[in-house]
Amino acid sequence: MRNQNLVALAQNIRENIVNCIGSLGVGHIGGCLSIADLLAVLYGKHLKYDATNPQMEGRDRLVCSKGHAGPAIYAVLAEVGFFPKEVLETLNQGGTTLPSHCDMNKTPGVDMTAGSLGQGFSCAVGVALGSRLRKDGATVYAIIGDGESQEGQIWEAAMYAGHAKLDNIIAFTDYNKMQLDNYISAINELSPLDKKWEAFGWKVWVIDGNDVDAIDNAITEAKAYEGKPKMIIMNTVKGKGVSYVENALVGSHSMSITPEMRAQGIKEIRGE
Amino acid sequence: MEINEKTLMKEVLVDHMRNVLSSDPNVVMLDADLAKCAGTNVLYKEFPDRCFDIGIAEANMASMAAGLSSYGFKPYISSFAPFATRRCADQIMISICYAQQNVKIIGTDPGISAELNGGTHMALEDIGMLRSIPNILIYEPTDTMEFAKALPQIHAYPYPCYVRMHRKCPALLTKESDEVNILKARIMRQGTDCTIVASGIMVETALQAADEMAKEGVSVEVVCCHTVKPIDGDTIVASAKKTGAVVTAENHNVMGALRSAVCEVLSENYPVPVESVGVKEKFGEVGKVPYLRKAMNMEVCDVVSAVKKAIARK
Repeated sequence: MRNQNLVALAQNIRENIVNCIGSLGVGHIGGCLSIADLLAVLYGKHLKYDATNPQMEGRDRLVCSKGHAGPAIYAVLAEVGFFPKEVLETLNQGGTTLPSHCDMNKTPGVDMTAGSLGQGFSCAVGVALGSRLRKDGATVYAIIGDGESQEGQIWEAAMYAGHAKLDNIIAFTDYNKMQLDNYISAINELSPLDKKWEAFGWKVWVIDGNDVDAIDNAITEAKAYEGKPKMIIMNTVKGKGVSYVENALVGSHSMSITPEMRAQGIKEIRGE
Repeated sequence: MEINEKTLMKEVLVDHMRNVLSSDPNVVMLDADLAKCAGTNVLYKEFPDRCFDIGIAEANMASMAAGLSSYGFKPYISSFAPFATRRCADQIMISICYAQQNVKIIGTDPGISAELNGGTHMALEDIGMLRSIPNILIYEPTDTMEFAKALPQIHAYPYPCYVRMHRKCPALLTKESDEVNILKARIMRQGTDCTIVASGIMVETALQAADEMAKEGVSVEVVCCHTVKPIDGDTIVASAKKTGAVVTAENHNVMGALRSAVCEVLSENYPVPVESVGVKEKFGEVGKVPYLRKAMNMEVCDVVSAVKKAIARK
């Protein structure tokens, strides 16, 4: 029985993503839609935050290392009240607070700048080390792309977090099996991804990353697990929830969204 | 600490780190398996909770430091100059500078001071790579006394800093009574016929060249430009107005660092003939400093020739 509140939140996040990118007419929509369910579970249930006080002491941190999923982060931040939804329509306009890639100095609620792939995850390991030093009990969540996992820096950071037994970090891989140029398997295969993370000293879960209950259960287990950093590999569908994005397959990394496509996408998400 | 002719630069660094680690619980130190070389390994016993040797992974070190900074810490990261800069240039650019994280970067044994480690370890382009990044401060100490006076200012500086330091013992040119301001170039000797703007180990060379020129009745002013960014244009332009000719002398490729910064300042404010001493279109190689100075045309005689050429072009 799915948690209907989280399902509804994920639906709203997807609508916001389509409106945000649709307002501009082009963007990284595939990898935004694939993590909408994760963001619903984090902001709807697990993440400790205060939308009226983005710098709240002791808050949990979310680092979206796949920084091009900025619009997905903005979609959830607007949904839970960090800023008005109208701001979503300013994506990538000159002077906007919502740049294509996440920027901690521009957007309320964004805790780390990311976009040069691999770096955000390293930063997240630094944040987790900082939280451990502070003894403030915060959990650090990090979202990595599967294509991003080809960056050597991901594994530098993974190795150190495993070595340091940083068990206050919970990372997610958005494993949608596609990257910009082609399928992951055609470019530079990651499999067996779970074995790789285990070998680096991480406790690993492999789940359906578009199922809010599966995500919820995995995070609940991960929070309770001590002694190792945690990786939740989420098998996802790139573009999940909007047929023309899903059907674009490896063309969905960044694609044009016409006003008609925007309207159709909203209808599909609402089940109309 | 007491500083004398035998004090090592790395001892000054360690003394500073001990001071700031003791006085500020937010200071953290990260090394990438070269802590023994920088001398910072002794701090690991004294401050085991805040010193992290994260292994041979400089990119991870730079970004982790940015993460720690975002959490309110004041991180220092250290490695050999090429690995502290070249190896993680994008991490310095994005994780640290673009994200506005106040990380202090220590790069040891720049340029020919890498000596026997040779061309792979010889950073001759590190300043050139970092100088176009907004807000970063780039400082190259002249000697231990100046370094000791500069480090607390580096610590207090509100933006990322790159400190490009010789580990050993360059000639002690600074007196305890000398004032050091990291944002102000230092006039080491007054002169009227030509200005040498020098940095790092080339400051001593410039002073020796000025001695040589004095024997020929030529009065040379020596300006120590320890901070190449932000550059103290006022002092350099004022000296150029007085002497009408400038020579730059640096332990770096002549592209992108001191020569470039001085030429930018002069061409926009007071164009005069400029000649340069430094590495010209060459990679590093192994050897002791005297050999490398000769191989790279960075000896006193090279500075003297450059001064004569600059004066002849007036």
